[in-house]
Amino acid sequence: MVAAAAREIRDAELVFVGMRLPLLAFLLAKRTHAPSAVGLYENGIIRDAPSPEMLYTMGDSPNLFGATLCGSMLDVMSLLQQGRVHVGILGAAEVDRFGNLNTVWGLRGSAEIRLPGSGGACDIACLAQRTVVLLPHDRARLVERVRHVTSPGYGTGNSWRRSRGLPARSGPSAIITTMGVLRFGADGEAYLASAHPGVPVEEILAATGWTLRVADSLKTTPPPNTTELAVIRALDPKQFWTGAGQPQ
Amino acid sequence: MTTTSKLVTMQHAVRDHVPSGSMVLLGAQLEPMIPFAAGHELIRQSRRDLTLVGPISDILFDQMIGAGCVARTMAAWIGNVSAGVGYCFRRAVEQNIPRPLATVDYSNLTLALGLHAGAMGVPFMPTYSTMGSDLPIKNGNLREFNSPVNEEKLIAVRALRPDVAIIHVQRADQFGNAHLWGSLGVAVDGARAARKVIVVAEEIVAPEVIASDPNRTLIPGFLVAAVVHEPWGAHPSPVQGHYARDHAFFSQYHEQSRELKDFEQWLQRWVLGVKDRAEYMNLLGACRVESLGVKQHAMSAPADFGY
Repeated sequence: MVAAAAREIRDAELVFVGMRLPLLAFLLAKRTHAPSAVGLYENGIIRDAPSPEMLYTMGDSPNLFGATLCGSMLDVMSLLQQGRVHVGILGAAEVDRFGNLNTVWGLRGSAEIRLPGSGGACDIACLAQRTVVLLPHDRARLVERVRHVTSPGYGTGNSWRRSRGLPARSGPSAIITTMGVLRFGADGEAYLASAHPGVPVEEILAATGWTLRVADSLKTTPPPNTTELAVIRALDPKQFWTGAGQPQ
Repeated sequence: MTTTSKLVTMQHAVRDHVPSGSMVLLGAQLEPMIPFAAGHELIRQSRRDLTLVGPISDILFDQMIGAGCVARTMAAWIGNVSAGVGYCFRRAVEQNIPRPLATVDYSNLTLALGLHAGAMGVPFMPTYSTMGSDLPIKNGNLREFNSPVNEEKLIAVRALRPDVAIIHVQRADQFGNAHLWGSLGVAVDGARAARKVIVVAEEIVAPEVIASDPNRTLIPGFLVAAVVHEPWGAHPSPVQGHYARDHAFFSQYHEQSRELKDFEQWLQRWVLGVKDRAEYMNLLGACRVESLGVKQHAMSAPADFGY
């Protein structure tokens, strides 16, 4: 999942980096195919060089050390709103068939549970040229319609984003899950573009809360190569983020 | 510049400047420099009906909510950044424990723009963010409007004017002129938007030190009501050049706040059972303090202000 997300970042792009796995994906891209990518962090940091140490939060001391710029939230969010940021990477509790994200209200059993909220996710989903979403793949998370549109994707499809006043050339470009990679058609609906190695398509469809369309030319997601795996292990030596018991 | 020192203890700053019912900005720099010592003093002085304002707050908002100090939050994210959800926040929203909590949900940018409008002295700031989101449906401070200069729709973010901003900084003089560095988050706008500022400083320095690097003076003393000298006052959050983030403390809090009775013990041990920050630091222990200290200093090159 982290390797697939990293590949969504192209070299020399401006990347708005969320916490947890998105941060790891950015650091992986920096150390492999996108060494000139620049990271923007919503607390006000702009970094060219990757952090010298593993991070638990974007505000950890190693992420400030050697930064290109330490400023205010508006210093970086202004670049986002101008449309200069190429890609934002986000996690979510729920995503729906049009790429709308929910991080406010979750479900445990039949009870609604209160989740932490948007953070900068709504801003990134509204304003970045491309948004990449990372989340585990199951029916509770990939749903027909999110319970709360915290961060808008393609709304109800087609020209919804423009009709709501969101900037042109913005919106989700990929949903990367534990089973595959979903992309979006011109109508704004997600389809299965590639399945991770060894994951049958039927299993992916069964784990999706709507009738998921499948690309005519369905691909197999390239597995992480040995370099990527080595970098991930080096970035997260204790498997705090990538181990089985990772924080939710 | 005033010639009267504003240096007071944390107890006095909270007693004199943060009554119950106040709207208080905390955690303006996001993950670093969260004024935990001030939050804990608010808990010890039994403040009630506070409105807490801050972008992400990490676990400080969760603790103050669990302690019953808070009637309302205005925030983009409330939880435990490295460990996950905030259990006290969840108990308050889902079960009204220890009391009902009103939540006014923002995104980071819209909260920053609310404070920016407050700092600028205008009623709102415009943005494209949150359009199409459900956030403006529940948050009346985010209102769609038609641009007067073109055909676009935008969101007007209503100005926020906290009663008090409590800002942790690396160093200040006794008059409140403050140097801070690192990620600034909404600290600069927050200090200007607030009606009063309490500066909490790792170090109190001579005014000449502040004047030697005026670009780093982000809060002028005339905005400041009180200056508190409180070394380690941001623990377990980090302060660049002073100490690192205590990740284990956040993980331990996550475990120890999952159940209500465990949280109550946590609160007794770390907040109610200690008199002040010095006692808290004793409880933390010398070994842990040593392990969090700066391992290798990295001084910036001096800037020449000569003429």
